[in-house]
Amino acid sequence: MVKFSVKKLHVWFGAAHILRGVSLDILSNEILSVIGPANSGKTTFLRMLNRLNELEPGFRMNGAIALDGADSLSEDVERLRKRIGMVFAMPLPLPLSIFDNVAYGARMHGIRKTARLQGIVEQALREAYLWDEVKDRLPTSAFNLSGGQQQRLCIARTLAVQPEVILFDEPCSGLDPISTAKVEEAMLKLKRQYTLILVTNNVKQAARVGDRTAFFLNGELIEVNKTDKIFTVPADKRTEDYIRGKFG
Amino acid sequence: MRKCKEWIIEKLVFLCGMASIVFVGLIFLFLLKEGLALFATVNPLEFLAGKKWYPISEPPQMGILPLILGSLLVTVGAAVISVPIGVSCAIYIAEVAPASIKNKLKAGIELLAAIPSVVLGFIGMVTLVPWIKQLFHLPTGLTALSGSIMLAFMAMPTIVSIAEDALYSVPKSYREGALALGATHWQAIYRVIVPAASSGIVAAVMLGIGRVIGETMAVMMITGNSAVMPESILQPVRTLTATIAAEMGEAVVGSEHYFGLFAVGIVLFVISFMINVTADLFLHKNRS
Repeated sequence: MVKFSVKKLHVWFGAAHILRGVSLDILSNEILSVIGPANSGKTTFLRMLNRLNELEPGFRMNGAIALDGADSLSEDVERLRKRIGMVFAMPLPLPLSIFDNVAYGARMHGIRKTARLQGIVEQALREAYLWDEVKDRLPTSAFNLSGGQQQRLCIARTLAVQPEVILFDEPCSGLDPISTAKVEEAMLKLKRQYTLILVTNNVKQAARVGDRTAFFLNGELIEVNKTDKIFTVPADKRTEDYIRGKFG
Repeated sequence: MRKCKEWIIEKLVFLCGMASIVFVGLIFLFLLKEGLALFATVNPLEFLAGKKWYPISEPPQMGILPLILGSLLVTVGAAVISVPIGVSCAIYIAEVAPASIKNKLKAGIELLAAIPSVVLGFIGMVTLVPWIKQLFHLPTGLTALSGSIMLAFMAMPTIVSIAEDALYSVPKSYREGALALGATHWQAIYRVIVPAASSGIVAAVMLGIGRVIGETMAVMMITGNSAVMPESILQPVRTLTATIAAEMGEAVVGSEHYFGLFAVGIVLFVISFMINVTADLFLHKNRS
């Protein structure tokens, strides 16, 4: 089933033409990896899906994005962002306790009862594979966690809002290999319930976790296909060059 | 030769650096020496808690409680007015206003900071004071409330510009993180951005209050200067600062009155020092 349908998407920031006519369907319960060199527009593409780009000065766009068949650009933006969670490159715990960090979004959306919040927090932490490591110190500051734990905390915080889609913007760029492995493990389990879109600079990571992989270059989608196809028989010479590390 | 030059310059810079500390120390010592002399004849407790300030009666009565309360009343009044407006203004400038309005507002705030206090006092005297008198049917419009309102104008630029700095320095990622969770703009502001900038905002408020409590000219012109125990904000009051400014010229050097005014200076110094230290603690906390 198609979750996101993006049609002829153009984005400009001021005079810079960042996305040049990207059309791409994203399926339910898949992990779509988005790879490409710096300035290829992959993060801009990701931030179009939850409409964070609209905050930037000089933003203009053209094209259509549909979520479950309905135009996402005319949808109420807060409701849209509740359905589409996002995990950022740098782990970003708020200056609160572990519990309050996870409960944060749920509280914001009006859930007040402690018992209900506890249930949500526990489930979110379990889904993010963090529960066993933090269950005894939920009231302590989130800043005492390691980088990898903080990133999984951010995933849990996103899950606590009960989204349908989770966007990952280079979620492991600041993490060591073991933490990276844990985050990837969490992602692989999450795709049973969620649609995941992963922007990464790490080509190997895309190969490890992506069901399909999209290759962006200079604001254009060069090709998108099953991950094993992209990594073994890419259709385009530029994709092959990038994957083999000839540029980027 | 070059070594010699180096040595001279080094020492010169050192002297300049030390000078500021030495001057502050000397001023403080002088203040202490002149002020503490009073307590040879007047009981410190009577001085601080006495309700009557008649420094030139015979024997002189040196109770500064009405002056302390006058200062506090005017300052608290100014804070009540300027803090909500100033902080809201800072939030508007930092988070909501489009760039064009933002620049105009910031220029306006700077202009407000540039108005000399005597001019503010003068404007207050001819516009605000008659208005207050009429509004509350008072015998005089020279009241603590008038002083508070004018001083609020003076605290506002400090509060707005420092609070705006604090809000502006909250990482952009905090805002995006909150919005990506589905927060509305306002939810992001009051649940993430303002708490993250809270220590800077508190420092801004403290510095604004510090400015108010040390202010002399405007309060002297519009608070009525009667050194009695204030009972309401619609009464004339006299502040610590105005007392010193008004009476120093006529106090006989070496008299009890003269020492008393220095002792008032010490009290004022201690109050502003505490406010500044508090502000500094919060600013420091913000950085670390």
